[in-house]
This record gives sequence, structure tokens and C-alpha cells, in this order.
Amino acid sequence: MIPELGHYALVLALALGLMQSVVPVIGAVTRDGALMRLANSTAVMQFVFVAASFLALTICYVTSDFSVATVYENSHSMMPLVYKISSVWGNHEGSMLLWVLILSLFGALVAVFGGNLPSTLKANVLAVQSWIACAFYIFILLTSNPFLRLAQAPFEGRDLNPILQDPGLAIHPPLLYLGYVGFSIAFSFAIAALIDGKIDAAWARWVRPWTLMAWMFLTLGIAMGSYWAYYTLGWGGFWFWDPVENASLMPWIAGTALLHSAVVMEKRNALKVWTILLAILTFSLSLIGTFLVRSGVLTSVHAFASDPTRGIFILCILVLFIGGALSLFAWRAPMLKQGGLFAPVSREGALVFNNLFLTTACLTVFVGTLYPLALEALTGAKISVGAPFFNLTFGPLMIALLFAMPFGPLLAWKRGDLYGAAQRLMAAFGIGLAVVVFTFLIEGRTAIVSVCIVGLAFFIMAGAVTDLIERTGLMRVPLKVAASRAAGLPRSAWGTAIAHFGIAVSLLGIIAAGTWGAERIVAVKPGQTLSLSGYDLIFNGLKEQPGPNYSSVVATFTVREGGETIGVLRPSKRSFATRSMSTNEAALMARGFGQLYLSLGDSEADGSLAVRLYYKPMVLLIWIGAVVMMLGGALSLSDRRLRVGAPKPARARPAMQPAE
Amino acid sequence: MRRLALIVALFALLAPGAAFAVRPDEMLKDPALEARARHLSEELRCMVCQNQSIDDSEAPLAHDLRVLVRQRLEAGDTDLQVIDYLVSRYGDFVLLKPPFKLDTLLLWGLPPLALIAGLAAVIAMARRRSGVPQGPEPLSSEEREKVATLVGSDPSGP
Repeated sequence: MIPELGHYALVLALALGLMQSVVPVIGAVTRDGALMRLANSTAVMQFVFVAASFLALTICYVTSDFSVATVYENSHSMMPLVYKISSVWGNHEGSMLLWVLILSLFGALVAVFGGNLPSTLKANVLAVQSWIACAFYIFILLTSNPFLRLAQAPFEGRDLNPILQDPGLAIHPPLLYLGYVGFSIAFSFAIAALIDGKIDAAWARWVRPWTLMAWMFLTLGIAMGSYWAYYTLGWGGFWFWDPVENASLMPWIAGTALLHSAVVMEKRNALKVWTILLAILTFSLSLIGTFLVRSGVLTSVHAFASDPTRGIFILCILVLFIGGALSLFAWRAPMLKQGGLFAPVSREGALVFNNLFLTTACLTVFVGTLYPLALEALTGAKISVGAPFFNLTFGPLMIALLFAMPFGPLLAWKRGDLYGAAQRLMAAFGIGLAVVVFTFLIEGRTAIVSVCIVGLAFFIMAGAVTDLIERTGLMRVPLKVAASRAAGLPRSAWGTAIAHFGIAVSLLGIIAAGTWGAERIVAVKPGQTLSLSGYDLIFNGLKEQPGPNYSSVVATFTVREGGETIGVLRPSKRSFATRSMSTNEAALMARGFGQLYLSLGDSEADGSLAVRLYYKPMVLLIWIGAVVMMLGGALSLSDRRLRVGAPKPARARPAMQPAE
Repeated sequence: MRRLALIVALFALLAPGAAFAVRPDEMLKDPALEARARHLSEELRCMVCQNQSIDDSEAPLAHDLRVLVRQRLEAGDTDLQVIDYLVSRYGDFVLLKPPFKLDTLLLWGLPPLALIAGLAAVIAMARRRSGVPQGPEPLSSEEREKVATLVGSDPSGP
């Protein structure tokens, strides 16, 4: 009964979605308020029905109802509850349901919190949002129904793919989808603006919080996925330039560009056409990412579905929405008026520079990901595009952009003073240079490029601090005045500085862990000691340990530093009988920002055990940096100016408010 | 692509154990030679995997390739000779950094081309627009009324 209710709820959501796709648009054309307001209730009810559908599926998983085909395929009665729940989206059908759940959630949020939007804009936005939702409801109902029953219910399920039986699955996909799908709002706003033929600075102010929110979730989702891969795949890599990873990176880069260009549009009413295009492209890349992962066109650790009919269906959705949106753009965009002149050296100019480099970087990832597929389809020739290619192309673009990053916030709007900005950055530059010299003296001349990038990271961090010092006048005015200025500083200014600081933190982690890590790959016998980077690991022996739905072998290593025991590492291997697969659970120990990383290999013929031991200096900074970036975004989101509610007029502002 | 998927599935069946990338018994005695082998392995693709280098991969094929690379190095090949040998055996597919040739012209060319084109477009736009002084968009009649009610004057005023 419950699966049928879930199925029915999804059909009802589709019916509401179809209504919401048409009626508000008619209302917007005929200026009929009642028709436009219909979208408010349907958007909320769509979410309610999809949530009911999702809840029904979750109940099927939690109660291990193996008469439902997807539950049978992806669950097991002995799994811990958290994996029973997360296996709802650990498969194609369920993950698409999660996709539409989040899509309808965002639609409902616009309906509820979009009270201050002009009624026609709101009606059109909700209609466009519903077009997307309907396409995916139909996709799920026709090709990927998660509620299909089996004629005879099996006694036991086939278990979730062991690689996915990890807390990572509970967190990573929902965060990633909140990001991916969140960009649909920017898309809907762009299409609505094109339909309306009217777009102004207020539009950017409405779009920016939604984009910022999606960007924050995507940042965290990508970081979380990277950490999951790092500890789960057993060799300590954190980014593989795998097409599926690239599929999530592209919307992130485009979304970052969109955030920055929306600032220009909001403050200076410039870059309108470009911002609209970026909004379309960002969500298009999310759709392309969904296509790449869901169609099975790639086969990798992430792709747990491959069925050509689904691929073709998603491809049709892709062509319809991206093609349609770009055609509409080509038709209507020339009517949008450009405003806001600015000199090449200005805040706007710096943001254009940012957009140019981010877009090129995004294109590089796009080409690198799709070129092998296209080449094979067209000529049959097979090539590989991997990390060395991206390091050579994507790397320099990012380095150039990051070097320019501290200058941007120090330039004034309209006409900036590059020389002045450079002067104010002298101290930051000096810090960077000192770090370069210092690192060079310690680490020697083996990795000169990495040494320079470490310096760059410190330059950016110091640059972000410089920005705050300049704005508060910390070095020039009394401390009390500076403190009150700091309190009065817009939160978005703090957000910018913190997010820029965060990216430098990540950069530092990436470079340090990649360059100065150490590793040992050896076979050890019980009682033997392994030494690496000043740590001694004593192998105490192996032990069998049963788990809920697996059996495991756990090795115990006592870790010593300078003769003192500092802890125990317990890497293990788990064997899952149902799928006759096994997973490798690495053991990690944080030392400052660095980590000791130990994973197990095979037992050798002579009774010894093969192990891989790494020391990864600064590696935690990679993910800490991402969290810092996200916090910067959150702070910016809480800015009065961007609050989703009506921006109320400012009351008497503090007298010492610095000019912005 | 589908064949690749099949091969991957097949290997997953054949190798249920979680073996891991470089194994201790593969490694060469000479640390300099081993370092070269590791460096080369990072640039070579495990052909049955998804964008994994043979240095990272657990697949049996990656193991065979790692051993092969080390055998060639021990036989006195230069790095370039090892790569040439592998390309002659497996084609360009084995290289994670595709070679620069006609097939890959767009792949390597597009990023710098896009950057130059973008830069040119930005400069052209800036030139074209610097000549035309533009004021802010005039208010629509609706907006003018709103301003008027806010200011409290007659909308049709001066």
C-alpha cells in the first residue's frame, strides 16, 4: 500500500506541476492576479506531495519491504538504519526522486519567501521552475519508477553496494543536489526576466541569495565528496579529475562566476546580458552533470546506473531546456539595455577579469571531460584526458586568477587605482615572499613551483586581511573607532574576505599534501615496526571482527612519536557476503593539520601483511578551507541587503561608516 | 563505451579482493629507478578503469603494466622509450596527458583560444562603449508614479 501511495503522490505532484506550468504564465500575460497567485499554493503543494512520495520510499527502505524492486536491489535487512535510509538515494531511481524533492523544495521556498517579488516575475519564475520539475517527474514515472513491485517478494535484499555503505553517502548526495538543483532558481529567474523583457539591479538582488545558497551547498558537497573519496579509496588521493567529479566542478565554477557578475549587476547595473547568460549556463551545466552521471555514458565508481533509454530521455530534457533557454536568450537579450560604464581598472573590471578566467577554466574542464567521448563517437579514436592534462591547463588559469584575487576588493567601483591597490598590498606581498624564502630554505630546491604557490596562498590570505584592515582603518585610526567600523562593515564585505581567505587555505592544503607527503609501501609481520616522517608504527596483529552485514579483519598498529605512544590505528578490510565484494577502511590520525593514513593490502604468502602508510602534511586544510569558504558565503547571505525578505530602509547608520 | 563497462564489471567479478595499487613485491630495489617508475606510472592510464592512473589502480591490468614499466626501466630504457613502447602496444589511450596532434588540436587549443577570444571581446566591448555616454535607464510611468507617491508630489510635475 505504501509504495502505491508514494507513486500516486508523485503523479499528483505532476498534475499540480502541469497546472503551475501554464496557469501563472497566462496570469502574467493577462495581468490576472488570481491566476498568478495560483502558483504559490501549487508550488507548496508540489513539495508536499513529492515529500510524501519520498517519505513513502524511505518507509519501504526502513521496513525492508523487498517486494519493491529498488529496495530489493539496494538494501539488506541487516544494514544499520542510517544506511537503510541513505540507500534510498544510493541508486538511480531514488537519487532522481531526491533530485525532484530538492527542486520542489526550492520552488516552495520561492513561493513562501518571495513575497517582495513583483507578481509577474514571481509567477513566471514559478512556472519555469515547474517546467523543469514536470520534465523530471515524467522522467521518473516513465523510465525510473522507484515504486515498481516484484511479482514475488524475495526473502532478502541484494544489499547496497559496499563502497556506498559509508556515512559519506548520507551527506554527500543531498548536499551536492542542494547545490546543483539550487541553481535552477537562478535559471528560472533568468528565463522569467527574458520572458518579461525587463531586468534591473533589483533582479540581481533577488537572484543573488538563491545563487549564494546553492553555491554554499555545492562547495560543501564537493568538499565532502572529496574527503569521502580520500578516506575510502585507500590511496590518499582527494581529487581524480574523474568525469563525475568534473560534472560537479563545472557548475561550481560557473556558479562562482555568476555570484561575482551578479555583484556588478546589482551595484552598477552593468553586465546584465552576461549575468543572464551565466545563470542559464550554470544550471545547464548542472543538467549536463546529471546527464553524464545518470545516463551511464561514463562508467566509473559513481555511476551506478546505465540504461540507454534513460540516457536518451535525459538528453532530450537537456536539449529542450538548454536549447530553448539559449534560443530565448539569443532572441530577447539584445532588447536588454546596458548600463553602468566603468574604466578597465576598477572593481567592475576586476570582476570581469574574474569572470573571464573562471569561464575559461570551466570551458577547459568541459572540453577535457567531453572531448574523449566526442572523439570516440566521431572517429572511433580513443584518448584519455587525466590529471596531467588538467594540471597543465586548468592549473595556470587558476594561479593567474588567484594572484589577481587580492587586488579586486581593493579597487574602487567605476575607476580604480591599480598602483594604489598594489601599494596597499605591499605588506601582503612581503609576507608571501618571506614565506617563499622560508619554505625554500627548509624544503630545498626540489619543488620550486610548489614553494611559489605556498607563497601565493599566504599572499592571498594576507591580502584578505589587508582588505579588512583597509576598510576598518585599523592601522590609521584609534582601535575603538576601527572596532566600531568593523561592526558596521556590511556582512557581505566580511563574507568576501573570509571566502577569499578560505580558498587560499584550501590551496595551501592541496599543494602541501601533494608535494611534501611521504609514503611507505611494505609488507610487515606482527611485532615489526614501520617508520615514516618521525612516526613509528608497531604492528600488533590481525583480528577478526563481525559487523552487522559484513565480516572484517582489523589490524592494530600502535603509533609512537619520539618514543611516546600517541595512539592506535586500526585499518580494516570488510567482506560483504551478499555481493561478494570487500572494502578497505583506512585508518586516519590527525597530527595538527596533517594526517597519518594507513590502509591494508593483501596478506602475503609468508604471513606478512602488505600496508600503505602515508604522511600527508596540511591535508586537512583542503576541507577546512572549503568550510571557511562556505562560512564566508553564509555571512554574506545574512547581509541585510540580501535577506530574502523585503530590504527595509536603513535607519540612522553609524557616523563612521566607511565609503564603499 | 559499453564494452569498457563490461570489462570493468568483469574485472570486478574476477578480483573481489581489495588489493591495492602499488604492492611491496612490485617495487624495485634501486630507489632512483623506483622513483622514476612511480613518476611514469602517474602519467599512464589503467585502461580498464575510469580515469585512474596505473599508480592508483587496483585492477590486475594496472599491476601488469606497473611490472612492465619496471621491467623496461631495469632493461635500461629511458622514460621516453618506456612511454613510446607502451603507446606502440596500447595506443594513445594509455596516456593520461593526450599527445598534441591533429586529433587533439581542439582539446589543447580551445582553452588558450577561449581566453584570447574572451579578452578580445572584453576589450572590444570596452572600446565600443566608452564612446557612447549613457545615463541610467529612464523610469517607466509606473515607477515615476511610485516615486511621486513616495516623495509626495504630483506625478505629472516638472
